[in-house]
Amino acid sequence: MAKTRTQTIGAVRRTFSPWTDATATPLIRFENVVKRFGAFTAVNNVSLDIYEREFFALLGPSGCGKTTLMRMLAGFEDPTEGRITLAGQDLSGVPPYRRPVNMMFQSYALFPHMSVADNIAFGPKQAGMAKADIDARVEEMLTLVKLESFAKRKPHQLSGGQRQRVALARSLATRPKVLLLDEPLGALDKKLREETQFELMDLQMELGMTFLIVTHDQEEAMTVADRIAVMNHGVLVQVDPPAAIYEQPATKYVADFIGDVNIVECVVDGCFGGDLRLSTPITPHPLQIAQGDAGGVKTGDKVWLAIRPEKLRISLEAPDAAAGNCFAGEIFDIGYLGDLSVYHVELPCGTRIKVSQPNLSRMVERPISWEDKVYVTFTPHAGVVLSR
Amino acid sequence: MATAGEKGIGRLFVIAVPYLWLLVLFLVPFLIVLKISLSQDVIAQPPYAPLLDLSQGWAGFVDFLSQLNFDNYVYVLDWNNEFLDAYGSSLIIAAVSTVLLLLVGYPIAYAMARAPRTLQPTLLMLVILPFWTSFLIRVYAWIGILSQDGLLNQALQALGLIDAPLEILNTDLAVYIGIVYSYLPFMVLPLYAALEKLDGTLLEAAEDLGCPPMRAFWLVTFPLSLPGVAAGCLLCFIPAVGEFVIPDLLGGSDTLMIGKSLWTEFTVNRSWTASSAVAVLLLIVLVVPIVIYQNIQARQLEAGK
Repeated sequence: MAKTRTQTIGAVRRTFSPWTDATATPLIRFENVVKRFGAFTAVNNVSLDIYEREFFALLGPSGCGKTTLMRMLAGFEDPTEGRITLAGQDLSGVPPYRRPVNMMFQSYALFPHMSVADNIAFGPKQAGMAKADIDARVEEMLTLVKLESFAKRKPHQLSGGQRQRVALARSLATRPKVLLLDEPLGALDKKLREETQFELMDLQMELGMTFLIVTHDQEEAMTVADRIAVMNHGVLVQVDPPAAIYEQPATKYVADFIGDVNIVECVVDGCFGGDLRLSTPITPHPLQIAQGDAGGVKTGDKVWLAIRPEKLRISLEAPDAAAGNCFAGEIFDIGYLGDLSVYHVELPCGTRIKVSQPNLSRMVERPISWEDKVYVTFTPHAGVVLSR
Repeated sequence: MATAGEKGIGRLFVIAVPYLWLLVLFLVPFLIVLKISLSQDVIAQPPYAPLLDLSQGWAGFVDFLSQLNFDNYVYVLDWNNEFLDAYGSSLIIAAVSTVLLLLVGYPIAYAMARAPRTLQPTLLMLVILPFWTSFLIRVYAWIGILSQDGLLNQALQALGLIDAPLEILNTDLAVYIGIVYSYLPFMVLPLYAALEKLDGTLLEAAEDLGCPPMRAFWLVTFPLSLPGVAAGCLLCFIPAVGEFVIPDLLGGSDTLMIGKSLWTEFTVNRSWTASSAVAVLLLIVLVVPIVIYQNIQARQLEAGK
């Protein structure tokens, strides 16, 4: 039963991409939204469309404006400029208690003087539902978050994970159009957090609701979201599905914020065909890089080459001259993580390059060790050329 | 490293200090008052008998005990002697004052807790400021405000709101004004402490779930401030029941309060024994709300936060 459900969810998720459909109308629209607190601009001219049934993540470091953006949607802050619409309705001037948007707070904000059942019933009661309906809804929500036997407990009698579930059940109880999740898993330990991420995804599909999550944890955003908006200093830097954010970062900032990356400053030597030839002070040989999306760069431009550590190959033997791009260096440090090892390779000029290799075999004849001379190679498609 | 024994002595010492304090400054005096309340008035120095004479040994002690009786309690609890009326009227005045204090104090505490963080120490200071002047002087000052030709009547007449001066001083109203004024900090401070630590996101959560701010106050803020309400009410109610200075200075001759009755019994009737009985009964009356309060507190502690 659970298996079939997961399969459906997977199938639905694979084909879900309304943002590529020009005829689709977004559920939530931020239109040139600006929010200033005194002289400080928290959110700077953000325009963003979020579609129905989408699981959307706002990702960025603390203080980047992602929480402010979410709080404006919930109604706790008013935009200084611009407007926010929900299902075509302008939300300006609509108080939080009249918005069909519910929020799950980072601190959970459970009412300490109410039982779990009363906490969940709070929203439906405010909506003026009949007593019998409220009871049924509470029952349904408790089943949904698997806390049936905890209805009479007070929040302080629950574990962190259970509180998180109550908070989730409470914010879902009124069936809002949009559920806002403010760092919802921040207080949970790693294992529970990972489990809960998948549960959240299943729940979101099952309920067919739109989820907007705010997080500073890039793994969390990558796992749960259909699309991620990376924010920095109040500006949207890139809005794309997780794979595009990771493999096609728009800027150095995004490349660096999401995952591990080596960023090498280069100068464009020439363009021919689909390739760029880059020269960089860290190696005497020019680098051949497939141009990809970084169009518009011309000979003489200063650019940055971003290469993920897992896209590099490391070996003890010198590669063929024709093998492509190559750095020669020495192992400076090794991080053994079990499933993979991270090697820090120091180049003659002092620059260090991170390379990660999966540990595919249990026995290796001659493992790479400290101070080994090694060769780091990569294909023209391994890296991305960024102009900013 | 301290040995177990040294640790035990250290712990004992720390615990002993407050217990010794209570023993010497509360329990012993109380036992003396209790003993006097069970004695009889005599014209002597001290003005009561029997006196405990330990030189007679055990027989003397038994003799001493046999002379104690409850005559003073019978006297105090006699309906004809106005003490019961005074207890009743004290409880009513204290209860009404406490309700008034809550009505005045809650908005003040709420506004303080909602004020900008940087302003809160100043506001707190202003609440405590009256303590810098003697309580007695502040109550005296109210005579100047409330009397026939006092500041209040002059102001109201100058404004043309009244033709003849209002008679406020020497009425129960003056007692209420005096109690509310004097005890306000004891109501505001515990309320402020409870409201100040209230998590603002709880109110946001309530609003988010469809609850307008006014209703959120009654569903979230007020229930969560109840420990502060209980503390404030008891801090005001208990001393107000036994209040003597305010009814004596501001109240009329017909303002009946147990503190005043005790004073009269002690100084005018010169009966140490009967006034001790009044005091012991007052203590018993007040122990009831204190026990209730402790129960509430214990439940709060159990509830975690």
